[in-house]
Amino acid sequence: MEKFFSRPKSLKPAVFHYCPGCGHSIAHRLCCEVIDELGIQDKAIGVPPPGCSVFAYYYFDVDMVESAHGRGAAVATGIKRAYPESIVFTYQGDGDLAAIGTTETLHAANRGENITAIFINNAVYGMTGGQMAPTTMLGMKTTTSPFGREGKFEGYPIKMSEILAQVKGTCYVERVAVNSPANIRKAKKAIKKAFQCQIDGLGYSLVEILSPCPTNWKMSPIEAWQWIDKVMSKEFPLGLIKDTTSKSDAN
Amino acid sequence: MTKVLMTGNAAIGEAAIRAGCQCYFGYPITPQNELTEYMAANLGRRPGCTFIQAESEIAAINMVYGASVTGARAMTSSSSPGISLKQEGISYLAACQLPGVIVNMSRGGPGLGSISAAQSDYFQATRGGGHGDYRTIVLGPASVQELADLTHRAFEMSDKYLIPVMILGDGMLGQMMEPVEFKHEAPAALPVRADGLRGAKGRPSRFVRTFTSNPPELEELNWSLFRRYQLLQKDEVSYENYLTEDAKLIVTAFGIGARIAKGAIRQARGMGMKVGLFRPITLFPFPAEQLKALANNTKYYLDFEMNMGQMIDDVKLSLEGAGEVSFYGRPGGVIPTSTEVLRVITRIYYQKGLS
Repeated sequence: MEKFFSRPKSLKPAVFHYCPGCGHSIAHRLCCEVIDELGIQDKAIGVPPPGCSVFAYYYFDVDMVESAHGRGAAVATGIKRAYPESIVFTYQGDGDLAAIGTTETLHAANRGENITAIFINNAVYGMTGGQMAPTTMLGMKTTTSPFGREGKFEGYPIKMSEILAQVKGTCYVERVAVNSPANIRKAKKAIKKAFQCQIDGLGYSLVEILSPCPTNWKMSPIEAWQWIDKVMSKEFPLGLIKDTTSKSDAN
Repeated sequence: MTKVLMTGNAAIGEAAIRAGCQCYFGYPITPQNELTEYMAANLGRRPGCTFIQAESEIAAINMVYGASVTGARAMTSSSSPGISLKQEGISYLAACQLPGVIVNMSRGGPGLGSISAAQSDYFQATRGGGHGDYRTIVLGPASVQELADLTHRAFEMSDKYLIPVMILGDGMLGQMMEPVEFKHEAPAALPVRADGLRGAKGRPSRFVRTFTSNPPELEELNWSLFRRYQLLQKDEVSYENYLTEDAKLIVTAFGIGARIAKGAIRQARGMGMKVGLFRPITLFPFPAEQLKALANNTKYYLDFEMNMGQMIDDVKLSLEGAGEVSFYGRPGGVIPTSTEVLRVITRIYYQKGLS
């Protein structure tokens, strides 16, 4: 009998520590499938952040180096510049990329660093217990916005992908979600394209993944999937945001 | 190789290139800009090398971290306020046991301070600086020649011990010009550490991390670091003894402060006072035994620093009560003259009845 579905080679046979219904495990798997399909397992270097995915190196069977909170883009820059033959990707949450690491991210993109960012947006700080993130929705209750996020007190959900699409060094930005089989397939396509951009030397590429966090959203996994469709993707619309790959004028 | 006239900052850059430094990441701050500019002009377009003017000191040190993890020789430089920003990354380098060279051309503080030379970052440099139980190797040059020599040594030591090395200079050393001779030629091939992370080709994948949920594992890392610090103490201390053999009073000073003190000591000798200088060159590891040994013959010490008294702690800890230590210092980027130090030497010399 033909085997048509198995664990990707670049995904270690380990049990995920993630909560039931968490999007990280799906995103990990998609990245690993792409790494396999592109044949880059032996030159990939991943840069996971502090946060829920700090243990990503227990799952990705590629070289990995933990970054300080928010500094992934700077660390990846150092790796890629020192060893350009590598395929370097950061794996960053919304607190990491959109708050503490905004500067590093924006400037790496603006320099057109030839790296790939996998940006997990779940609208909260997950690991620390569900605090408000820069991407938290208006009205959303978190442990540090107990009355619901209100613009005049807590500011507004920040759209990093749209901001990063503005800078010349970025060649590809797409926002996807991992809340349905159809969306998961689209997410994988985007991740593959982002890695391909790097292989082709086109500059900074980023895939933002809207990812469910049932634990901190205080929802069932199904409700969390539905909430991404009904609420989150209204603020963060899915789809292609920037693609200069056909014009090859990036950088 | 003949001598060339260079600023201290440029000499560090040239020495780093000759030590096989592949990557430099910097951010503008006075008084070390000549180093960043030297690297932009002389390293950035060398084959296989990288120069980046980073968006911040934090980004620059994290780029060093990234480059170092691949096995490349990497460095950054800054001055006091910028070095404070780098402490996060230095702590991570220490935790991951990654080499890297950090230059601090220090200036007056606290805060934005002044742009004038100062030695007020001694504590920050020698006590680790960032969070956690770690030290960096700290080298305290006192001339442009020594800046060049110690830059080379910094890369070698950092790779050997897998500990980040800080060169603790100051604004005066960085900006003054002196003749310098470079004793090494740039290597034909850029050196790469064998343990560099370069993709899992022909070997299982590896990871470099600092976080663990297992405290005993972290305890073992700390023990491993401290065993290396003990080795450093045994094998790597450097210092200068100047006219200490018959000295009744020994001045302890480091870096540019020691240059000023030497001027005062020469004048004191001319006046018949038996005064010497003990100058630690490695500030961590501190030459404790070597200083203590001087107490067999000399009971009186004057610690002189361009701060409110920081190295004096190490001087007293080293002497373990075997000598009497006075202090003179000027903080804030004020540069004392040797005549000023001579007055202090003279006062102590006569007050203690050493004549």
